[in-house]
Amino acid sequence: MSHQSELISEDILSYLKQQEEKSLLRFITCGSVDDGKSTLIGRLLWDSKMIFEDQLEALAVDSKRVGTQGEEIDYALLLDGLQAEREQGITIDVAYRYFSTAKRKFIVADTPGHEQYTRNMVTGASTADVAVILVDARKGLLTQTRRHSYLVSLVGIRRIVLAINKMDLIDYDQQTYINICSEYKAFAADLGFEDICCIPLSALKGDNIISPGDNTPWYSGPCLLQHLETVELPDNSHNKPFRMRVQWVNRPDLDFRGFCGTIASGIIQPGDKIQEASSGKQSRIARIITLDGDLKEATAGQAVTLTLEDEIDISRGDMLAANGAQPATSDRLQAKIVWMHDKHLLPGRSYLLKMGAATTPVQIAEIIHKVNVNSLQKEPGKALELNEVGLCRLNLSSAISCDLYQDTRLTGSFILIDRLTNATVGAGMVEDVLPPSDSIPWQEVEVDTAALADIKGQKPAVIWITGRRYAGKTTLANLVQKRLHSAGRHSCLLDGDNLRHGLNSDLDDTDIGQVEHIRRIGEVAKLAAEAGLIVLVATTSAYAIERRRAREITAEIDFYEVFLDSPYDICAARDSSDFYKKQQGQGQDDQTFSKHNYEPPTSAELVLDGNTDPKTLAEEVIKLLECKNPTPEWII
Amino acid sequence: MTHLEQLEAESIHIMREVVAEFENPVMLYSVGKDSAVMLHLARKAFYPAKIPFPLLHVDTTWKFKEMIAFRDKMAEDVGFDLLVHTNQEGVEQGISPFVHGSARYTDIMKTDGLKQALDKYGFDAAFGGARRDEEKSRAKERIFSFRSANHRWDPKNQRPELWNIYNARVNKGESIRTFPISNWTELDIWQYIYLEKIPIVPLYLSAVRPVVERDGMLILVDDERFVLKPGEEIKNIPVRFRTLGCYPLTGAVESNAATLPEVIQEMLLARTSERQGRAIDHDQSGSMEKKKQEGYF
Repeated sequence: MSHQSELISEDILSYLKQQEEKSLLRFITCGSVDDGKSTLIGRLLWDSKMIFEDQLEALAVDSKRVGTQGEEIDYALLLDGLQAEREQGITIDVAYRYFSTAKRKFIVADTPGHEQYTRNMVTGASTADVAVILVDARKGLLTQTRRHSYLVSLVGIRRIVLAINKMDLIDYDQQTYINICSEYKAFAADLGFEDICCIPLSALKGDNIISPGDNTPWYSGPCLLQHLETVELPDNSHNKPFRMRVQWVNRPDLDFRGFCGTIASGIIQPGDKIQEASSGKQSRIARIITLDGDLKEATAGQAVTLTLEDEIDISRGDMLAANGAQPATSDRLQAKIVWMHDKHLLPGRSYLLKMGAATTPVQIAEIIHKVNVNSLQKEPGKALELNEVGLCRLNLSSAISCDLYQDTRLTGSFILIDRLTNATVGAGMVEDVLPPSDSIPWQEVEVDTAALADIKGQKPAVIWITGRRYAGKTTLANLVQKRLHSAGRHSCLLDGDNLRHGLNSDLDDTDIGQVEHIRRIGEVAKLAAEAGLIVLVATTSAYAIERRRAREITAEIDFYEVFLDSPYDICAARDSSDFYKKQQGQGQDDQTFSKHNYEPPTSAELVLDGNTDPKTLAEEVIKLLECKNPTPEWII
Repeated sequence: MTHLEQLEAESIHIMREVVAEFENPVMLYSVGKDSAVMLHLARKAFYPAKIPFPLLHVDTTWKFKEMIAFRDKMAEDVGFDLLVHTNQEGVEQGISPFVHGSARYTDIMKTDGLKQALDKYGFDAAFGGARRDEEKSRAKERIFSFRSANHRWDPKNQRPELWNIYNARVNKGESIRTFPISNWTELDIWQYIYLEKIPIVPLYLSAVRPVVERDGMLILVDDERFVLKPGEEIKNIPVRFRTLGCYPLTGAVESNAATLPEVIQEMLLARTSERQGRAIDHDQSGSMEKKKQEGYF
């Protein structure tokens, strides 16, 4: 840190005063493998004197042991933190680095360039203001360069540094530099960048990193650090209408009710009129409270606690907004989604959407198109795979207030969460808020479910029999239905295979087809139960998430999940379609089969042993209905 | 906003998110300077309410005496719930850093002690004061770091974190460790302590103290359990500590910096990084990554 060591040693108080005024710039570095990214960041840390003596000693030892620079210091080793990466010589995850100069503190997201790790780049870019895109001067623009540029543009970065590295290896040739710059600017014309700064440099030799190199006399622009210190922060969030999603309601006692959150945009003062965006209820800001006393004003970026003049019902996830300039509220959105998980995004499947402090179940209703991140062309697609980007239409279980991502990042972005594993599987950016589904009105029906059930003298229910293929589900369902019928009960049997001849004849056996198959059966089961029937469903329904969804949509009807647990061997022996033989041919045994083809229920109302006589099993189902519905009608 | 105001706002946002999403969070309180900043941020985040979770100190019984006195005074002054846990099995076995070596001692008294306490109270989220600039393996740590039911950290299986949205969902038995000051550097911490006048353990400031030079480190003679080896002698010299942990494992530096600006000045002009005073990082290459996988903070 010797850049200011004189001031530090002579007048520490002035130095500290100066430090108080520093701003913060977050940037991301991206580039292909071997573009020298880690070396560049190592060099920035090195040249801004953020490397201490003991780290340097460790570095010198490591450089000799695993370095790629012979006897010279390998700066990349400063950054490759995880042991596995050091051994493979690659960076496999987002790492954050810190350094500062007299003017700014910098947070660098160092992200890998490998194709399979695009999700990490989007992650790093989501909090960045500037992107530094590395290009190897010998190779020029690569497919990766285009992909990274598209992704940073997608995530809303508007300031780009094109760092043309390894100039030392092409003898600092000016013409190559000019060609790469003009080719890049032509390519990037449609990406919405406001500022592109092309810098010729050598990370290894240190040219144009913190000071102009003697080797590029023809270059008169800023060196990298100088540019990063002075580039204007694209922060105009103060000028936009006030937005704050309530994160936590502070209620230490009955007299105090404060709304905590981080202001996403705008400025507020006590007395300002606000409204809760989804309900439209209005009030005024009473106080802006902090530990150090009340504030007269708060702006975008601050984490605040507000009290209101009126008591209105506000809870976590609600959005406070400037009166008269509130965001749209809807349960239907159109958004770009970046998929981040090995398990594909499947339309029809239910996920959790988390937008700021608001969380709600969501279904991807449709993939409108995918974006090929290499060619930037739109392509049709039925599912999104890891690292794919698509424009999707989403149906939310409950309405949410949000902005368009291009207007306000923090109120227009969300993540998608897998409902079983809780993994973060996708990232989304709102492009359009569609009219809410209640604009398609629900029609009042005068004869309701209760009336329809009463006339039959029974309580409607859905009995969802799930199990591996050839477990004996249809046989069981038939026996149960016979028992119900002989007792005078009105029932209906939805058999998966039979439905595939009619309603679901357009669906194939892929994951996407199966998800939609189960979704439709769930909807039909709901309709039939609402007509007062006892509905028996017999279908493999291999996925736990879809079974859960079927239970959710029939929320007001009793739902019993019955797991017919027939052993793999028995199912395989009954197989008349060679399904199991094919699986065995692919080397799958019982365990791998379960893993890939059937997710057994963990909380079924009833688990039946498939080795037992089906008639006995049918009695158990009847018993379940009796004990869960202890009404006289259930004495069969 | 200045860079410190931005860091402060981010940390407060993270703390509120944890309190809103989890049923039973806890803050790990090590009594050091990073913990002091976390505590201060927690007061700001929830004011006027009191801090809505307890602070947990894993006491190895080998902490500096002054740390324990400071801890108890802070609990009284600020008014937070303080939980203190010690691995009793370790105490009964007489585990000592002098006898059993830093690696084994740390495993038993710190890592196991922490796991015991988390299991005992059933915490589903724990705040830690780790910073990404401290050590290479921490540069990739998430702010919400997912831990399996047996407290393991799997570096290959961490959730991507985008914008300021944190996935806080866990199944029963699983937990999250949260690092609200991930993005702060050592300089940021000191500067914030200075600006906000945050109380810290006096050991961070220089004073004449009795120390012994052992294995290249200056060790404070903090109590009678420190036994001199042949040839060792106690020197009374002005020293201070750059980090605080267990006294037999924490080296002092010779220093005359008795005020915060002087400490910052010395830090900025120093040529060695902060964790060097700790014996545990040097045991083997990549040792911090190994410790983390096993559940160490």
